[in-house]
Amino acid sequence: MSTAGSIEYTAVRELRGPLAVVEGVTGVGWDEYARITLASGERRHGVVLDADRDLAVVQVLEGTAGMDPEGVRAAFTGSPLRVPVGTDWLGRVCNGRGEPLDGGPPVLASRNAEVGGAPINPVRREPPSEPVLTGVGAVDTLTTLVRGQKLPVFSVAGLPHLELAAQIAAQATTAGEAFAVVFAGMGLTHADASFVRDALEERSAAGDLVLLLNTADDPVIERILTPRIALTVAEHLAFTGGRHVLVVLNDMTTYAEALREVSAARGEIPARRAYPGYLYSDLASLYERCGRIRGRPGSVTVLPVLTMPAGDITHPVPDLTGYITEGQIVLSPETHARGVYPPLDALSSLSRLMRKGAGPGRTRDDHLDVAAQLLAALARARQVRDLADLVGRAALSPADRRYLDYEEVFLRDFTDQRSDEPRGLDASLERGWRALLTLPRSRLSMLPAALLDAHGAEDSGAPDDHEETPR
Amino acid sequence: MGAVREEEDSGTPRRDTGRPPASRILRVTGPLVEMEYTGGVAMYDLVSIGPARLPGEIVAISGRVVTVQAYEYTGGLAPGQTVLPRGRPLSVRLGPGLLGGIFDGLLRPLSGAGDWLSPGTGRQAPEEPVASFRPFVARGERVAEGQALGEVRTAGPLRLKVLVPPGGGGTVEEIAGAGDHPGDAVVAVVGGTRITAGALWPVRLPRPVRERVDSREALNTGQRVIDLLFPVARGGTVAVPGGFGTGKTMLLQQIAKWCDADVIVYVGCGERGNEMADVITELSELRDPRTGGSLADRTVTVANTSNMPMMAREASVHTGMTVAEYFRDMGLDVVVIADSTSRWAEALREFASRTGALPAEEGYPAGLASAIAAFYERAAAVTTLGGDRGSVTVIGAVSPPGGDMTEPVTAHTERFVRCLWTLDRDLAYARHYPAVSWAGSFSRDVPVLAAGHRTAGDPAWPGRRDRVGAVLTEADRLADLVDLIGIAALPPRERVSVLAGRLVREGVLQQSALSERDAYCGPEKTAALADAVLAVVDRCRELVDAGVPAASVEEVDFGPLLRAREDTGPHDAAGVAERRDAMLAALRGVRP
Repeated sequence: MSTAGSIEYTAVRELRGPLAVVEGVTGVGWDEYARITLASGERRHGVVLDADRDLAVVQVLEGTAGMDPEGVRAAFTGSPLRVPVGTDWLGRVCNGRGEPLDGGPPVLASRNAEVGGAPINPVRREPPSEPVLTGVGAVDTLTTLVRGQKLPVFSVAGLPHLELAAQIAAQATTAGEAFAVVFAGMGLTHADASFVRDALEERSAAGDLVLLLNTADDPVIERILTPRIALTVAEHLAFTGGRHVLVVLNDMTTYAEALREVSAARGEIPARRAYPGYLYSDLASLYERCGRIRGRPGSVTVLPVLTMPAGDITHPVPDLTGYITEGQIVLSPETHARGVYPPLDALSSLSRLMRKGAGPGRTRDDHLDVAAQLLAALARARQVRDLADLVGRAALSPADRRYLDYEEVFLRDFTDQRSDEPRGLDASLERGWRALLTLPRSRLSMLPAALLDAHGAEDSGAPDDHEETPR
Repeated sequence: MGAVREEEDSGTPRRDTGRPPASRILRVTGPLVEMEYTGGVAMYDLVSIGPARLPGEIVAISGRVVTVQAYEYTGGLAPGQTVLPRGRPLSVRLGPGLLGGIFDGLLRPLSGAGDWLSPGTGRQAPEEPVASFRPFVARGERVAEGQALGEVRTAGPLRLKVLVPPGGGGTVEEIAGAGDHPGDAVVAVVGGTRITAGALWPVRLPRPVRERVDSREALNTGQRVIDLLFPVARGGTVAVPGGFGTGKTMLLQQIAKWCDADVIVYVGCGERGNEMADVITELSELRDPRTGGSLADRTVTVANTSNMPMMAREASVHTGMTVAEYFRDMGLDVVVIADSTSRWAEALREFASRTGALPAEEGYPAGLASAIAAFYERAAAVTTLGGDRGSVTVIGAVSPPGGDMTEPVTAHTERFVRCLWTLDRDLAYARHYPAVSWAGSFSRDVPVLAAGHRTAGDPAWPGRRDRVGAVLTEADRLADLVDLIGIAALPPRERVSVLAGRLVREGVLQQSALSERDAYCGPEKTAALADAVLAVVDRCRELVDAGVPAASVEEVDFGPLLRAREDTGPHDAAGVAERRDAMLAALRGVRP
């Protein structure tokens, strides 16, 4: 994407894994972008991992398959990889390196930027305070996404996390302000890639979507670039173009595996589960590109999706992600098995910035109270269900039995939603109220009396409402 | 980009007068840069790398090859480019202007920098003007190292001393008059040395003191679970291990806001940018309850977020410590909060792996344990060179991967600290905050602090602590039993023990950081709350001993007691005592 330097080096000393060692170079810097031409005329791309005297160790993005050291020519561009930035990206569908897949011309722009980005000055950050509404009722109500936040989806293989990511990408809005979505798919199967293209077709046609698709059979190394290109494009759309941009990164576990593969090829000392020791910093260099900046319009919100290998939340990828991000949306196989979409594990999910981005003046006055009450009642319902498993439903007190009804309404009416159904926040909160009103008024202590009256909460009637099942 | 600021070097201690010869880059891979040995360099010297003059530090010299750890992104640096040795170790400019400031890991101010931090653009802080200087000494007087020459005003209520630098001393040849002076003004000439209000100091060199002393005074954190059960002495060391979501940063921020130190150095080491923005905003909005000034005015923030250059993270903890020692030397109590030391250890590992050092556990270098020990060892209560008492207390967060407390950073840190405040995921999940586990935490300062409390007029302190600890241990033991056989199957006294555990947890240990009245709790209120709960527990025991069924005791509404922490002001011990008496009176009404 950058103009190639004029000098081409032909002395390739070694090819190993994704690495090519070029000899006799001068003035080649670390992290420089390289263009490699094979004897057949085929073009490949690379990044300098080690600039050692007259040697340059180049990581070949497309892999070294079919490369013969004889006849390979490498030219260095004089700078780290830069991509064009600007509104020309909107409405385009590209591969993981940003080359068009939609039959259109290459994305060109008068400005370009380094894909690595530069860290936002923490002093210049504006604390996030307004919501992005996803149109997914349970997410908007219980784990509100805030502009400038990074909120991952933790999932397990087999759950509909891609559907959820695509649905959020297709429906998300920011109260009428200029909005765009950058969707970066890493290691998607072809079926998944075409699902994403279909699901987001409308948004793409409307010109407020950038789609970058790295498929499972694309070069592994390319996956390391895909999220960086996505974020670079997003940063420019946001902080120069004044849009609120949502960046969906799916799937970060695949990304981390690509990173591990490169690290192993370089012979680096492995840390946990053979992931490189810098996995935390590397993930942070992506996630931390979200935010708002004082005195600038726009925002970058990041929604990484990751599958926890074997459902293990202590696996390095979810664990380190959890340390960096501001909360998490956890999907649960149990809820999925009950046929509920999205299969949210509401009690394990949390949006740390929700308190600042929802409630009076942000969403609706009763939002935070309703959300807190929904979760508190759900926690109690879980306890009751455990108890019912032990002693049987019949042995529960009448009040406790109503918690079981509550959980049913919570799942079937409040949470459950079609994957092509955008649900407004008002509608979602009303469904939340409907679920809460299955409980007697005395159990809704987190809600102000005036609100309970307005929603016609029943009076605490029968005395047995107050009793709990003796343990 | 990158015109080198020669003035940065003015007043810099050099080993000799000539600048060491320039050298060339041999190799660049990430933050590791190798350069040619051309003489005139020493270990831990600062160098300027390449056309952008990126700062770097010499970490190894082997034959003709010098290894440098670069503190900024090295993209584009190529073999053959120039490296300029600076002839001095990595140093930071200390001065009264640091208070209220926000800096990166090399103590370069972030307030003046742009929206994005690009490599090679950071600068050391300019010298702040000397405000309202008031001299303490007159011309012709003899002064020794560490002695105060005068004091200056800061933005907050604190007045700071200008000291004779370590190793200095002699006759005062000149002394500036009272009033304001420009930043680089020489405020005194002592024994031929010109002394300015600010001065450079190498970050890895602990500032000298007359002697280390034993501290018997507790640092009041305002957090009950800590002040009551796991107190730390001024000059002590604490590690706070906790997985994500256990409220680690929240607890540290509470301490930064409310503990009774003179100066707080908050080192955000590899943590979230939005969180850092939050701390900065909140500190400037909050009032210091003791002085009435803004909390920001007693705080120095070193912000090195997770996406800022990794190696600067390594330097940032030493930078924070050096700043703390600077204030300590004026006879102040300083607290260094490092969040998180695990990210610092990761930076050590990253660099060790680049240099090809032999890895020990989980890829960490074999020197990890000694590096952690050396860091915590810079904490101390001291007699300064000038003869004052000062202290540096260190509180370091640890982020164990996967919540695994046996991982190397956690395991080593535990051995070197005086106090451990372990955050428990189950407590956090149950919304019990601060989620400090009473079973998994310790304080080795308890015996000396017990003696300190005795002389300070609270002789009941150790007994109270023991009783609260015993109640919690007993309740934990019984909790397992209750899960198995149900509460109804327990004998009455044991049922009261279970109740006692709940009252201590909910009435004393829980504390809401978001609450107006309960975010901070004074020592007298902490004592009153613990005493109140213990008195109520005693009464409950008496009741069941007298034949009252345990169920009747359990049915009593303990709400007024549990709400006492929220209903009374931070120092309102009398209010707590009133509620205790009301509770005891209510219990009198319970009959068999």
